[in-house]
Amino acid sequence: MSAVARLRSWEGLLLVLLVAIVAMNVLRSPYYLGVTNIANLFQLSIEKIIVALIMTLIIINGEIDLSVASVMGLSACVLAWLHQMGVPLPLAIIASLGSGLAAGLFNGFWVAYVGLPSLAVTLAGLIGFRGIARILVEDRSVGGFPSWFNTLGQQPVFGPVTASIVIFFVLFAIIAVVLHGSALGRLVYVIGNNLQAARYSGVRVKWVKMALFATSGLIAALAGLLYAARLGAVRGDMATGFELDVITMVLLGGVSIFGGSGNLIGVGLSILVILNLRNGMGLASITGNTQTSVIGALLILSVLVPNMTQVLQSRWKGRNT
Amino acid sequence: MNWIQRRIRPEQVRELSLLLLIILAVLLFGSMIDGYYTSRTFNRIASSVAVITIVAVGQTLVVLTRNIDLSVGSIVGCTAYFVGTVLGHFPDINPLMAILMAVVLGALIGAVNGALVAWGRVPSIIVTLGTLAIFRGLLVDLSNAKTVTTDSLPHWLVDLPQLRLFSLFGLDIPVLFLLAVAIVLIFQAGTGYLSLGRRFYAIGSNPDAAALIGLPIRRLVFLAFVLSGALAGLAGFVTLARFGNITVESGRGLELQVVAAVVVGGVNIFGGSGTVVGAMLGAIMIGTLEQSLYRLQISEFWRDAVLGWLILMAVASDAVILQRLRALWGRADLKYVAPAARGATSQ
Repeated sequence: MSAVARLRSWEGLLLVLLVAIVAMNVLRSPYYLGVTNIANLFQLSIEKIIVALIMTLIIINGEIDLSVASVMGLSACVLAWLHQMGVPLPLAIIASLGSGLAAGLFNGFWVAYVGLPSLAVTLAGLIGFRGIARILVEDRSVGGFPSWFNTLGQQPVFGPVTASIVIFFVLFAIIAVVLHGSALGRLVYVIGNNLQAARYSGVRVKWVKMALFATSGLIAALAGLLYAARLGAVRGDMATGFELDVITMVLLGGVSIFGGSGNLIGVGLSILVILNLRNGMGLASITGNTQTSVIGALLILSVLVPNMTQVLQSRWKGRNT
Repeated sequence: MNWIQRRIRPEQVRELSLLLLIILAVLLFGSMIDGYYTSRTFNRIASSVAVITIVAVGQTLVVLTRNIDLSVGSIVGCTAYFVGTVLGHFPDINPLMAILMAVVLGALIGAVNGALVAWGRVPSIIVTLGTLAIFRGLLVDLSNAKTVTTDSLPHWLVDLPQLRLFSLFGLDIPVLFLLAVAIVLIFQAGTGYLSLGRRFYAIGSNPDAAALIGLPIRRLVFLAFVLSGALAGLAGFVTLARFGNITVESGRGLELQVVAAVVVGGVNIFGGSGTVVGAMLGAIMIGTLEQSLYRLQISEFWRDAVLGWLILMAVASDAVILQRLRALWGRADLKYVAPAARGATSQ
């Protein structure tokens, strides 16, 4: 692939976009590229970008998990509920991760073994898991966690880098290796590309889907815990609507909603684009609601633009021949 | 069995069982809540059902074409707020003009979704997930987070939810509920008997075949989104009349209840099957649950958990039970059409 062709690829486009946004932000604030600000950039959306990593695998596999934000809420509420009942925090953390895993297995069971559409199953999960979270903490706000738990989410480990950021990069490395360097990763693509062909070639489709949804639940639970640790308090409605941002990050990264294509480099770039864009809009004192609108528009454009260029290209070719 | 099979389709068995489930739920709540069988309970459920039903009818059209419209909650919020603001400034506007304004605004917003899906070729879940955020964001920005209050609205609008045209079995039927029923009847007839309505089913059940016989798929999908937007606009008007106070958060999360109503009502999420009446039954089920669990005080928090489980069961029963029923009906058809072939098929 020549340098020009590479630049015209989706990742190239994202890179150009990223450079443009960062340049604009640097013009606005000279401290923008400081290590502290960059760490801060990650820290403010760390839970979403952690979940976006596993969502990449799920969407490449041709499914979707709309329930991640509710699983985040659920795991945090399980933690808060057990903490209130006097259960030691380490045990509560394990139980909370377990609740996420259970939620993921539950989704996976209906999708993989019963064969229901993941859109419907995880929509039910989106409502249902949030419902369980509400039952556990009702309309209270639960805080008062031991200080070591709050430090986990807030205190830098080395330099300005917190434990959550370290977890993100470790997960990024693991998922990159799994997706692009392992047999399982190939299976994820194969199933997403052609489910029937995969099934007839003896791929254990059910097992792969089950594993992905279970992992998604587990990672969402982890993200929920990190969110609770960062905020220092848990509410029943925490992380509501995060699925929009997470799915936007993945689709803007060039992953097809129909499965089978996309890569983690694209998603990494799109995460950087969105983080910098949000931060830049924050610098320009644009409110959170408008920021979400812009992210929504970006989500639509990320699919609309390639579609339209394809249409225009085929028209152009048709005219020339 | 044969007699039943000739008169009732499998989908109708499903709708009848949902009706049975609603009756069971009402009996159950009646035994748990004191003074449940009163007109007050009925009114609460009816006005909640009215909003969900009207939006669910539009959603049904969209889902029939293998799409989904997640932006309806934001459309309801936008139209309720916009019409409320206009009526606050110009209280002398004709009621019909106000309704028309809500419907047209909703249709325009729906047209944005429809154009992006039909001609932009962007999957509807992406478009409407995006516009869900965009429309809400625009509303918050343009309104400066002000609230429409009841005392700024004309009297006819505030009194509308209390307006009764006639009573049935000792229950006064609210006019807004009648409006929802009228919408359901119109669209049930339209999707059942008009060729335009059958085309929504055609492109949902087999898009390739629909394209081959020359159906204008893009225009039909566009129309479905416009109708969904228009009905969401109408629901925005009903919401305005029902609550009077409209904040920028109005209608948030409604899309979940509506999609739930449609799915519970037996409309296949992959398009091509389901009815408007089914969607209304789904809306009644969800409205009943919502308002009744609210009355049970402690269980208010149980609502979402129950709702999630209900959706899952509805989808699962579609996939597992309805397939079996259809197979059963298919065999019955064979017997009915060709009795001579019975020996061959039973081998």
